[in-house]
Amino acid sequence: MKGVRHYPGFLPLTILCLVVLYTPLIVVAVYSFNASTSITSWGGFSLRWYGEVFTGREAARFGQAAWNSITIALMAATTATVIATAAALAMVRGGPFRGRQASFALINLPLMVPEIVIAVATLIFFSTIGLRTGYLTILLAHITFCIPFAYLPIAARLEGIEGTYEQAARDLYATRAQAFRLILLPLMMPGVISGWLLAFIISLDDFIITNFVKGAGMETLPTAIFGSVKQGIKPNIMAISTLMLLVSVLFVTAAYLINRKGRQSP
Amino acid sequence: MAGPGRGTGSGDATYRALVRPLLIPSWLVIGILMVLPVALMAVYSFLTKEFRGGVIWDFTLAAYDQFFLDRGLFGDEPPRIEWTYITIFWRSIWQAVLATLLCLLIGFPTAWFIATRPARTRGIWLFLVTIPYWVNLLIRTVSLRFLLRDQGPMNEALMSLGLISSPISIINTNLAVQIGLFYSYLPFMVLPIYAAVERYNFALSEAAADLYASRWATLREIVLPVVKPGIIAGCILVFIPSLGAFLAPDLLGGAKTFMIGSLIDEQFRGSQGNWPFGAAVAMILMTLVLIVLLVYARAQGRAPR
Repeated sequence: MKGVRHYPGFLPLTILCLVVLYTPLIVVAVYSFNASTSITSWGGFSLRWYGEVFTGREAARFGQAAWNSITIALMAATTATVIATAAALAMVRGGPFRGRQASFALINLPLMVPEIVIAVATLIFFSTIGLRTGYLTILLAHITFCIPFAYLPIAARLEGIEGTYEQAARDLYATRAQAFRLILLPLMMPGVISGWLLAFIISLDDFIITNFVKGAGMETLPTAIFGSVKQGIKPNIMAISTLMLLVSVLFVTAAYLINRKGRQSP
Repeated sequence: MAGPGRGTGSGDATYRALVRPLLIPSWLVIGILMVLPVALMAVYSFLTKEFRGGVIWDFTLAAYDQFFLDRGLFGDEPPRIEWTYITIFWRSIWQAVLATLLCLLIGFPTAWFIATRPARTRGIWLFLVTIPYWVNLLIRTVSLRFLLRDQGPMNEALMSLGLISSPISIINTNLAVQIGLFYSYLPFMVLPIYAAVERYNFALSEAAADLYASRWATLREIVLPVVKPGIIAGCILVFIPSLGAFLAPDLLGGAKTFMIGSLIDEQFRGSQGNWPFGAAVAMILMTLVLIVLLVYARAQGRAPR
């Protein structure tokens, strides 16, 4: 008796799901180690395309794009995390108040509106106020859509921390500021860190909105990759893709582990 | 959610009043950089286009007229319905519906299977499904294009296995876009259904089994109605981004697979663009999404607690 939880055929479908999700990524990762110049035939194992990424003809262009991507992601994730942490404190610790529902909807708005609509609206906005599209406009757009991604893990974490911890600190004559800094902030830190990591990844990965507000001559890694891919998939693109894949996996694994560890401790 | 004492700082009213203003930065940022832009986009859709991109501040219905009505080459014929853009919308909706159904077909069994694993291995399965969700969508789409190419690894594998004698052309067809949407948003389907199944009380299934209901009858009559909110949430999360998708149709499709996302994108490229028309198309897309979300909210409101 396998019980009511078992349905025949669900295991094969699960495996199919994972095969669909992973095959393209694995194939590209494997082919990024291909020694052959042709992307079609396998010419043995080699790291030459990884060398090409850092020293090749397009190295300067991709290097600049990577620098833009990383600095924007660092600033956008940090700003969004600060804003999201403040918002989570108000939402979770603020008790019931008027406009709470509306605030929740507002914070999650960037998740509800299709990306292409956000992209169009943001471009129109910057054009109207006369802000030249470039580094700054990308950064501002990224801060905005990173907020809900940082908010969700932080708020979830905060909801799991009972008010009694802060209350105990207050009973022991801690000021509100001390109770926050010494008790609540360390307790909610795992949520804050995973929120930051997810926001960083979301910013690093964004293509559609960035493509609209980047302006001419400005590139981030995704827009540079997109530009290259339009002329055909070259092996160095596969090497860059594999590196970015690795960064995503590392960050998400870190967010997952930090969150899990945090959940066990208090 | 709000248990006694939880999230209230144990009833400290001063504390609650102190933290509430912390919402202001998020209001300001999202208000100025998202709500205001969308409102401005609505205004733009009623403006006159300028020929080198951008707008002239003259109010007109020209953008919507261009979308819905065909007035002939010189604009002097009696208006007929313009089918070009409606067809693009219709194709996008149809593609998004198919992608949603396909995701549901694979996503539900996957979510169920993962949610019924022992706690020890469940996290690993879930993590495996979550990773692709966080991998750059552009890279995922490029990878899929690489895999599906005429001379790509998939065709080579099939040919070396002797299953096909010549490469099958998938790239630049509706099928490729379909596969792309399905592949892009599959994790969005699994995660909410998983959350619903995890909360499902399996005693209900046992009770049904005791009353001689077959496995599949139990699934249909008991499980599906109970986990329906999760299924609907998953469908919305797949449908909305599929409808406005840009990368899958652009990288996997061709001229015949033009979707809403590409239509909007085109209006903002270089001097050929038409900003008011692009804004109008984006408005129509957003209206569609809003309708879907309202239907969803009503369905959630009706759902038994």
